[in-house]
Amino acid sequence: MNLSSWTSWSIQALSRNDLALLLTCVLSWLILGVVALVRPHSVRFVAHVLFPVGALVGLGVALLGGIALTAGHAVQIVVLPLGLPDLPFHVRLDPLSGFFLLLLGVAGAGISTFAAGYFRSGEGTAPGLLCLQYHIFLASMAAVVLADDAYFFMVAWETMALSSYFLVTSQHRIPEIRRAGFLYLLMAHVGAICILLSFGVLQGGSWQFTFDAMRSARLTPLWASTAFLLALLGFGAKAGLVPMHVWLPEAHPAAPSPVSAMMSGMMLKTAVYGLLRISFDLLHVRFWQWGVLMIALGLFSGLFGAIFAAVQTDMKRLLAYSSIENIGLIFTGIGLAILFEASNLRLFAALALSAALIHALNHALFKSLLFLATGSVLHATKQRSLGKLGGLIRRMPWVASLALVGTLSIAGLPPLNGFVSEWLLLQSFLFTPQVPHAFINMLIPLGAAALALTVALAAYVMVKFYGVIFLGQPREPSLVHAHDANWLERLGLGWLAFGCILIGVLPQLALRAAGAVTGKLLGQSVKLGSPVWWITPIAPEQASYSGLYLLAGIAGVVSVTYLLVRILTHGRVRRTASWDCGYPWQTSRMQDTAEGFGQPIRHMFGAFFRMERDLPSPSDIAPRYRIHIEDRLWRAIYLPIARGVERLADVVSVLQGGRLAIYLLYSFLTLLSLLAFVL
Amino acid sequence: MSGFTIFRQFGEVVLGIGIAPLFAGWIAQCRAWLQNRSAPPLLQPYRMLRKLFNKDAALATDASALFRTTPYVLFGTMVLAAAIIPSLGTDLPLARVADAIALIGLFATARVSLALAAMDIGTAFGTLGARREMMIGFLAEPALLMVLFNAFLLFGSTSLSNLVDAYSARRTVIDPSVIFAAIAFLMVLLAENARIPIDNPATHLELTMIHEAMVLEYSARHLALVEWASSLKLFNYACIGFALFLPWGIATHGADGGRALLLAVTALMTKLAIAGAALALIESLSAKVRIFRAPEYLAMAFLLAVLGLLVHLLLGA
Repeated sequence: MNLSSWTSWSIQALSRNDLALLLTCVLSWLILGVVALVRPHSVRFVAHVLFPVGALVGLGVALLGGIALTAGHAVQIVVLPLGLPDLPFHVRLDPLSGFFLLLLGVAGAGISTFAAGYFRSGEGTAPGLLCLQYHIFLASMAAVVLADDAYFFMVAWETMALSSYFLVTSQHRIPEIRRAGFLYLLMAHVGAICILLSFGVLQGGSWQFTFDAMRSARLTPLWASTAFLLALLGFGAKAGLVPMHVWLPEAHPAAPSPVSAMMSGMMLKTAVYGLLRISFDLLHVRFWQWGVLMIALGLFSGLFGAIFAAVQTDMKRLLAYSSIENIGLIFTGIGLAILFEASNLRLFAALALSAALIHALNHALFKSLLFLATGSVLHATKQRSLGKLGGLIRRMPWVASLALVGTLSIAGLPPLNGFVSEWLLLQSFLFTPQVPHAFINMLIPLGAAALALTVALAAYVMVKFYGVIFLGQPREPSLVHAHDANWLERLGLGWLAFGCILIGVLPQLALRAAGAVTGKLLGQSVKLGSPVWWITPIAPEQASYSGLYLLAGIAGVVSVTYLLVRILTHGRVRRTASWDCGYPWQTSRMQDTAEGFGQPIRHMFGAFFRMERDLPSPSDIAPRYRIHIEDRLWRAIYLPIARGVERLADVVSVLQGGRLAIYLLYSFLTLLSLLAFVL
Repeated sequence: MSGFTIFRQFGEVVLGIGIAPLFAGWIAQCRAWLQNRSAPPLLQPYRMLRKLFNKDAALATDASALFRTTPYVLFGTMVLAAAIIPSLGTDLPLARVADAIALIGLFATARVSLALAAMDIGTAFGTLGARREMMIGFLAEPALLMVLFNAFLLFGSTSLSNLVDAYSARRTVIDPSVIFAAIAFLMVLLAENARIPIDNPATHLELTMIHEAMVLEYSARHLALVEWASSLKLFNYACIGFALFLPWGIATHGADGGRALLLAVTALMTKLAIAGAALALIESLSAKVRIFRAPEYLAMAFLLAVLGLLVHLLLGA
């Protein structure tokens, strides 16, 4: 048997047992976690044996998820002998789950490899316990994507929330981290309640909670909209959509870096998955108003996230706000898809949905990469504050160059992957004037401008991020001792950077994967050009793009120029002190700081912030400059709610008199009223 | 793909690289005339380039590889952009590689790499310039996108070559929406190329610099490449403007042969000469605005572009 026929034979064999193999992978993650409890304090065993095996399982999940996207793959359904007596767990594998499993597997493999080199002893939770929580988290995310009934979905969803809560609070001795964890848990549960209610509406009176029953339920427009809004609230809270975003910038910095990477790169995407599952699969109708609402929320989140990221001074908080921005872009894409689909423009809907899906995949790659890179920086320098970093490109060349790939990707620059999805999203915005609603089709082109502003602001933010951490002069003397990442960490970072470059150069691979999903959900997918390195989403006359040609073109011109310059000029170099317009002495404190980068943004977008500033007077002997920036929404929405809850609790606590006789009276009255109700 | 198209592609790139410094020199000469100064010779930019290529490069002690490669990357992106933009003809093998939106992306790549290089040494002026340049960038991009949106609504394409083909096939009457878009584009061009209302290319005062502050640490061949790349950027922007608003003379699809090419070269030269003189006039008549007025200036450009869009959507013109 030759190689190619052997490959196709093995793909067929895998395809037939795809779901069973996937469930084995999920189970083996759980087993890996339990095995860690055998020697919970041995970093060597846990880090160097279990995490690499977990990474391999992740690769397997990615492969099997990818196979579910191939042509001719049938939807597979299994009823597991688990769960409650009359409520068994249903599992289903279709292209939508396949795409998100691919995302989870690819990002998970990179993060687990990095984590193998990252976790050290003596930091909060014991390594074995951490390994258990980590793998339960991974397995539960895969289970969310595979679930085919509301019961199993909610079990997996809650397991995911709880396991990530324990991971966030792994350094639970620090009070801020406990507080961040509490806020996260609270928001996760508010979201979960909304999702549960949404499922309650979706079953449409049949009282069947399998997704199949929900697919066949016919809801009135009012109830369908209620279900959609509840799902948007619930999944939006998980994804960090403004105004439900408050937990994200608290929880991401609190967690260890691989966990931040998983939460931002993968867990937020399960919320995107859930919303897609409900709005495009379980609901039988979609209304254009939903699309407009989502576009508005998405664009606002995008702009909000980018603006707040620009004024952050903590590197992980900066990345957390950048996640809000990217989630905003993904939701905008989904909103556009709903708008187009409801207006019967299915091809454009497929384009917008593909853009959203590819952006989700891209974000999983580059955001994980950057969070992991901050982990390496944190280990090397013990600093998280941007004001105390700088110049690390000379101490940590590996991390710096791999992080550069992530930085350029997330800034949306060709020929890397971030640009591909943003380009597709802009392309789909171009067709909004064809939407048959006056005003809407005039307003939405302005959305494209907001999108362009967000993307360009993201580039500003990423120049700040990379420039302040890796470039310039070290701002603290201790940074001289920073060391580069170890080989496992480099391998994990390198894998994710490779993904960024691959999708950027061959975007058709990602478009093909997204096409399988849109083909299933919308019955239409974006056309693929003939050679694999081109994308021509609608028609070649309309627009086309080739990342490979761009990369080859730039590389070609650069090398020819370099050779010509080398041959034609003498090429002498003199190393001197920096020029800086001849100013005689300069210190590393004179470089632009993170606050300096935030200044124009604070000036221009002042309405978004609540600022407290202490400016020194000119005669101060020991001048201190302090600025504190707060989210207006925190005071406008969350604090009133918290006060309201407290007041309500005060009112209710009147019942709690403390005397036994009164409590007995309550029971007696309840009994009486129940009797009256029954009779 | 015939040999002629490949020849034309190659010729267009070489022509672009060749005459970009001349275009910059022409603007400088016009400016000097308008300001009653004795003008530098037209070939002054080439002399500067030769001088810079012959000097010893002085590099800061702790400049990283990023700093040394950036001039080449800048030059590479600008040359590639010159290959994609239809300055002479639309039948270009590389025209399909990137549409106008991807070209904006390519320019953003150049901008970000220069900003990162400016932060590499860690001098006060370099980081200041990087921050300002990125700020102008994010303010200009929405306006530029609205201009392209307008072109897309008119001709159903974002690929510059197809736009030129569609424009010349349709009619020669100017749409009202195009006028708004053209003014907006001109404003963005001035801001993106560090020209006068936003930045002064001839300034010697460090505190007001944007582009110049970023390249302060470069010298000799690196500086030569950076300067050449920025004159190419101006040339590219001018050619995008011609493709969007003045496509006459560009050899369209199917117009092969020497005559069409000759006509295209003549038309390009004429347009560049007029555009250069016009730019010099605008720059001589306006004053540089404070850096915090830049958002207002670019918001104005954005509003003009949106107005063009609304004119098109409401009046259907």
